[in-house]
Amino acid sequence: MTAKPKIIVGLGTCGIAAGGQDVYQAIEKALAENNIDAELTQTGCIGACENEVLVDIQKPGQPRITYGKVPPEEVGNVVTEHIVKDQISRDFVLGKIGEGDLPAEYEDIPVFFEELPFYQKQNRLCLRNCGFINPEIIDEYVAREGYEALKKVITTMKPEEVVEEVKKSGLRGRGGGGFPSGLKWEFTMKAEGDKKYIVCNADEGDPGAFMDRSILEGDPHSVLEGMAIAGYAVGADEGYIYCRAEYPLAVKRLKLAIEQAKEKNFLGNNILGADFNFDLKVKEGAGAFVCGEETALLMSIEGKRGMPRPRPPFPAQKGLFDKPTCLNNVETFGNVPVVFLKGADYFASIGTEGSKGTKVFALTGSINRTGLAEVPMGITIQEVVYDIAGGLPGDGEFKAVQVGGPSGGCIPKDLLHLPIDYDSLTDAGAMMGSGGLVIMGLDTCMVDIARYFLTFTQSESCGKCTPCREGTKRMLEILQRITTGEGEPEDIEKLKTLGDAISSTSLCGLGQTAPNPVLTTLRYFQDEYEKHIFDKRCPAGICVDLLIYAIDPELCDGCRRCVKACPVDAISGEKKEPHVIDTEACIKCGACLEKCKEEAIKLQS
Amino acid sequence: MELLEGEREEILNKVNEIVKGYDDNRENLIPILQKVQMGIGYLPLLAQEKIAEALNIPPVDVYGLATFYNQFRLNPPGKHQVQVCMGTACHMIGGQIIMDSFERRLEIEEGETTSDREFSLERVACVGCCAIAPVVVINDFVEGKVSPLRVDGIMLQLQEGKEDSNSLEGEAEDKSPEEKNERGNQE
Ligand SMILES: Cc1cc2nc3c(=O)[nH]c(=O)nc-3n(C[C@H](O)[C@H](O)[C@H](O)COP(=O)(O)O)c2cc1C
Ligand code: FES
Repeated sequence: MTAKPKIIVGLGTCGIAAGGQDVYQAIEKALAENNIDAELTQTGCIGACENEVLVDIQKPGQPRITYGKVPPEEVGNVVTEHIVKDQISRDFVLGKIGEGDLPAEYEDIPVFFEELPFYQKQNRLCLRNCGFINPEIIDEYVAREGYEALKKVITTMKPEEVVEEVKKSGLRGRGGGGFPSGLKWEFTMKAEGDKKYIVCNADEGDPGAFMDRSILEGDPHSVLEGMAIAGYAVGADEGYIYCRAEYPLAVKRLKLAIEQAKEKNFLGNNILGADFNFDLKVKEGAGAFVCGEETALLMSIEGKRGMPRPRPPFPAQKGLFDKPTCLNNVETFGNVPVVFLKGADYFASIGTEGSKGTKVFALTGSINRTGLAEVPMGITIQEVVYDIAGGLPGDGEFKAVQVGGPSGGCIPKDLLHLPIDYDSLTDAGAMMGSGGLVIMGLDTCMVDIARYFLTFTQSESCGKCTPCREGTKRMLEILQRITTGEGEPEDIEKLKTLGDAISSTSLCGLGQTAPNPVLTTLRYFQDEYEKHIFDKRCPAGICVDLLIYAIDPELCDGCRRCVKACPVDAISGEKKEPHVIDTEACIKCGACLEKCKEEAIKLQS
Repeated sequence: MELLEGEREEILNKVNEIVKGYDDNRENLIPILQKVQMGIGYLPLLAQEKIAEALNIPPVDVYGLATFYNQFRLNPPGKHQVQVCMGTACHMIGGQIIMDSFERRLEIEEGETTSDREFSLERVACVGCCAIAPVVVINDFVEGKVSPLRVDGIMLQLQEGKEDSNSLEGEAEDKSPEEKNERGNQE
């Protein structure tokens, strides 16, 4: 137990973006100025990104108190009052974690994980350490049963038993496809070869998802431990982590973690005294979405253009440098220690018949509580959107949720009761994908969203196979036409035909799933396409070419703010007289909208 | 882009120094390109040829990689690098408008560098700060909840930093006093 008070600042990328470093320095300063003897440390993302910067204070014998949205100017005070006077600032406190006594007046502070609505329905297995340990100090991981699973596996189990246990747990790949991990391990174990590899896919290319990043930044050792267990099971002595280059902090922490694990002999030669060697390297990706696809990723590690190749042979037979290779996602490996710590039966008791365990989701879009949530499989979309994420802001009305990023689809309001598991999502035309959940309100245009995702996949297509290279381009052209008011009546049928053809004939998952966002929006929101095509209207008020900016003369009080804000001088009018927008000159940049206090500027469709 | 005076030497020295740290194994190509780009800021053709020579592979293999991956730049970056997030959350809340605003202010298009090499403008797909969308990354510093007017503010700050605000006085004066205050508050 800590004898000194301990202060923990959330310094994941999100915490840093919210000003975490300033907060950290302000605390240092306050401690020095007031001669307070306390331990100041950092941790990764606990998931409540909405409330960053998060600061936790734990005095010996008391529960840990979490404060949220603490500005640097105030944090010195909050810390000093808490530590010196035992006063908890009501302005910033979020909840308490752990055992201990508090002065009676603070009894009502909610218990963080049990009583805060954001956490009530979560079950944090994979994220068990995120927000609790300093990811740059291996001892903190070890203190929370870190590397216990590896020890147990190496000292008490045969490789076949390890594979059997993973099979029994029902763990399926968290990287998108949902392939049973135990089977994959078994294939690699049984494959002939003097040399085998373990590869961790940390490419996380889905634009709007950051689960893997948070795990790597907040708890890198759990991934290393999972990989070492896999290495023991399949008979590999070398592994690679292929990490997205846009995640510099994750790369740094991974490298540090590997170094520390080697020092402690959790990696390296004769691990824990056994006849088992395992070494790890980090490879930085170079920014290509298609490199998330497993065969492309392996090409990229080999120093080539990351282009997928047909399967079979699967990597389990012929992978990295043509050797049998077991490739899994970050979250998949992060779950492996849990399987062995808590037992396969426990793991399999969570979730649904076909999808076991939990899944981490990145919640973004029009919701009150954005952040990372780890929920049991089978939870309904309704529960995630309303109970965990707190619904839409203001009186916003739910329209759809986009699941699975560029390979996924949009699920409409009627399906709010849908359980989130691999099979239900696929049946609805979407897919689990990486775990991005983007919640959309009535002000989101579904045609625009479809075009957005297709723009992304189209530009990321590696160009190797024709359906994906040419087909997505043609689909995108049609969508562009529709969103600019040039749509034709046959376009809807054309999109469906093209989409089906691309899905069924593309070489890799990128092309096979690229039409999903278009096909699901057509399936559930065809009327919106029709309004764009036949009435030349965008009901959500998003597609700029179908909108005009106009000033309501009744509401305009002639303050000239918009006149000054307009970068192209398209607004005119005398002081105290209603102003007018020259729609020919207007470039629809939104600057006037932002400036107007009277809400007199309207978007007309 | 034409190489400036003395750049040739600098490039050759840098490449030589970096290549020395690796054995000539194809697997090292991407790490070498990444290191060279970190050192020089981009991958001039000259550097690509030198790397090919060192690894004993055809130059086209190096060029093929440099053009395949989004991370690699063939043009020098600006002194200030502006990256606008075009991830899903940022798109939904107006990322394109922010990109348009920068394009207008800088008079360049996405992917380009201003002719004085002061600014370059790029898109990125999700920097993982979706909770504060729309997001712009300026010289590795993440700025959240950006609006078109804030773009003006950011530009003003960057340009003031550059020339002690002289060149921009005229423009700043145009703004009403309350706007100046607003900007002050945001800092
Ligand atoms: C275009 C495309 C992109 C992908 N991107 C990722 C990714 O970013 N991260 C990931 O783990 N898997 C990604 N995958 C899935 C991988 O190919 C592979 O199935 C997965 O990493 C296997 O690990 P798992 O069984 O643990 O899920 C992608 C697949 C495709 C087709
Ligand atoms: S979408 Fe912009 S930060 Fe995630």
